[in-house]
Amino acid sequence: MKITFPHLGNTYIVVKSILDDMDVEYVIPPFSNKEALELGTRYSPEMVCLPLKINIGNFIQAYELGADTVLMAGGCGPCRFGYYSQLHREILIDAGYPMEIITLEIGSGGIGELAMNTLKIVKKNMSRIQLPLAIGRAVKIAKRLDELEMLSFKIRAREREQGRVDKVYRSFRRKAMEKCGSREITNLIRQTEEELRGVVLNHRANPLKVGVVGEIYTGIEQFASFEIQERLGRMGVDVERKVTVSNWIIEHMIKKGLHLPRDLRYQEAASPWLGAMIGGHAQETIGNAVMYAQKGYDGVIQIFPLSCMPEIVAESLLSSVEHELGIPVLTLIIDEMTGEAGYMTRVEAFIDMLEKRRECEKHEVGRLLSWN
Amino acid sequence: MRSDGYYLGIDIGSVSTNLILTDKNGNISAKLYKRTCGQPIQSLVQGVNEIVLGLGCPNIIGVGVTGSGRELAGVIVGADIVKNEITTHAIAAQSFIPDVRTILEIGGQDSKIIILRKGIVYDFAMNTVCAAGTGSFLDRQAARLGLPIEEFGDLALQSSSPVRIAGRCAVFAESDMIHKQQAGHSKEDIVSGLCEALVRNYLSNLAKGKDIFEPVVFQGGVAANTGIAAAFERALDMKIIIPEHYEVMGAYGAALIARQRRMSDSSFETRFTGFEAMKRSYSTRSKDCDGCAGMCEIVELISDGLVQARWGDRCGKWSFSKAER
Repeated sequence: MKITFPHLGNTYIVVKSILDDMDVEYVIPPFSNKEALELGTRYSPEMVCLPLKINIGNFIQAYELGADTVLMAGGCGPCRFGYYSQLHREILIDAGYPMEIITLEIGSGGIGELAMNTLKIVKKNMSRIQLPLAIGRAVKIAKRLDELEMLSFKIRAREREQGRVDKVYRSFRRKAMEKCGSREITNLIRQTEEELRGVVLNHRANPLKVGVVGEIYTGIEQFASFEIQERLGRMGVDVERKVTVSNWIIEHMIKKGLHLPRDLRYQEAASPWLGAMIGGHAQETIGNAVMYAQKGYDGVIQIFPLSCMPEIVAESLLSSVEHELGIPVLTLIIDEMTGEAGYMTRVEAFIDMLEKRRECEKHEVGRLLSWN
Repeated sequence: MRSDGYYLGIDIGSVSTNLILTDKNGNISAKLYKRTCGQPIQSLVQGVNEIVLGLGCPNIIGVGVTGSGRELAGVIVGADIVKNEITTHAIAAQSFIPDVRTILEIGGQDSKIIILRKGIVYDFAMNTVCAAGTGSFLDRQAARLGLPIEEFGDLALQSSSPVRIAGRCAVFAESDMIHKQQAGHSKEDIVSGLCEALVRNYLSNLAKGKDIFEPVVFQGGVAANTGIAAAFERALDMKIIIPEHYEVMGAYGAALIARQRRMSDSSFETRFTGFEAMKRSYSTRSKDCDGCAGMCEIVELISDGLVQARWGDRCGKWSFSKAER
């Protein structure tokens, strides 16, 4: 059995840590790329959302490198994602890449089903207690990875010499491929953190603050969103994103599975506009946008793949959030198009607008103060 | 250095390449609107030479470029500022109508709505994916009816009862139009129906959820079409202002931003490559980078057998590399 799994930002490092610690054979697919997208588009239903297509491309490229089993997350959130692994299986068979699919989800079989499925990857001679320990270490790594990414966003917006953060972060992603096991990975993360903190900052920088909301895959997988968060950073914009892999694992899998109290501030914030979970991350999208507005962010960018139902609902609600709380929102809908100019024109214009609005508000505040 | 001189503004769009020359105070001295014909480099180089005809070799003191081909154009002419179309259109409209609150802009390949409040851009939307709301759609339908696009608008004004044509999608609109045509409706009613369909598409697609207040300015190449302007007036029940230089507003805005840049920086020197550079021949070559799994499509600009510039990469490996000299 040689396992593979789809790319989602830095998730490969998390999964790698577990599989290394469990001494399981695996193949990491090449980072998502144009060819993966082409393969995925060729074999997937035309109307399906973009993440599934890129997933299929990842799997086929991993199959060609010798993988025969796919490890895939699942779930019963009312969005197409819950059905992905079934679709993956059928599409791969039809396309002539018969791969076994192990779905990690808390389905109708409850947590027992998840445990049974997870144990499928454990080698016979391995003590079963190793698995929860490896998972525990991986969850910690997931958390640190997300903190590292957010740190890179902060520093990129303020670096004095452009390109320093890109260099450190890219080399980190490459080096992580070569490390083995949770310990080595944790050390690499620590080193990278130090390198990032060592980047010389422009202390006069007062970057615009933009919150990224929307569908989880296009938010996290840089390839799918043509590296928009990094590009914003290079334009000197401080980006923040609340929806992360570790947040998903901790809040939606672990705490939910074990019925522990969850961080539901976003639900409270969203409730005047959207009082119920309608699938996907729609409620997070609204809630986080509201919280960004309350924290005085300059703007919000919503990203989602074409035809993503929960986010379409969120988009229409965001326009009232925009009006009522006075925070500008830009929506980017992503599909197979690789011509980025149209997106970048809108992003640039949005940033121009935020700058002008900030300037204008400053003047107004100045005037008000002088009257007092 | 002479104290007088001209600012050059260039808007290189998918359908047209527009140039403008302003004097040092920002007054328009010359303008040019020409079809890009799928060859942005050629139309740009020719355009720069054409606009200065009769002026000798004017002293260019600042260059601004905008439009979907702005990166390319910026390298060739040596632009001092490279700006997106939304910002340039807004600045240009404000210079003519300072209290403008809504800008409708329809170009060849995209359309935009820009909402201004208190003199700054407050909100905008841009359509780049749906052809039904753009000038290309009108071009195509005019060709189908055997009608020069210049006569399209006036013919629409002659209609007394426009037929209803589905405007949601260019494909539906086209089949709808053929049915109406075969059912025997007159050309002017069909053309007027098309104008209304485009305006309906624009308003429901782009202006959805936005408050449109007067003054409303309509610009971009399609503003030449009196039928569309009339359909906007009917749909919005507002007066539509079409500025004198509606077709080159993007280029004008780019020139104005270049001027602002020069005025605010005393050590400013233009990077304009000069008119000699416009006489060289340019070509481009694309290739896939194999440096990582990203496989970016790199564009190389070649002149005199040497690579002058590269772009299209996400990591900066190519675009930061020095040109071969």
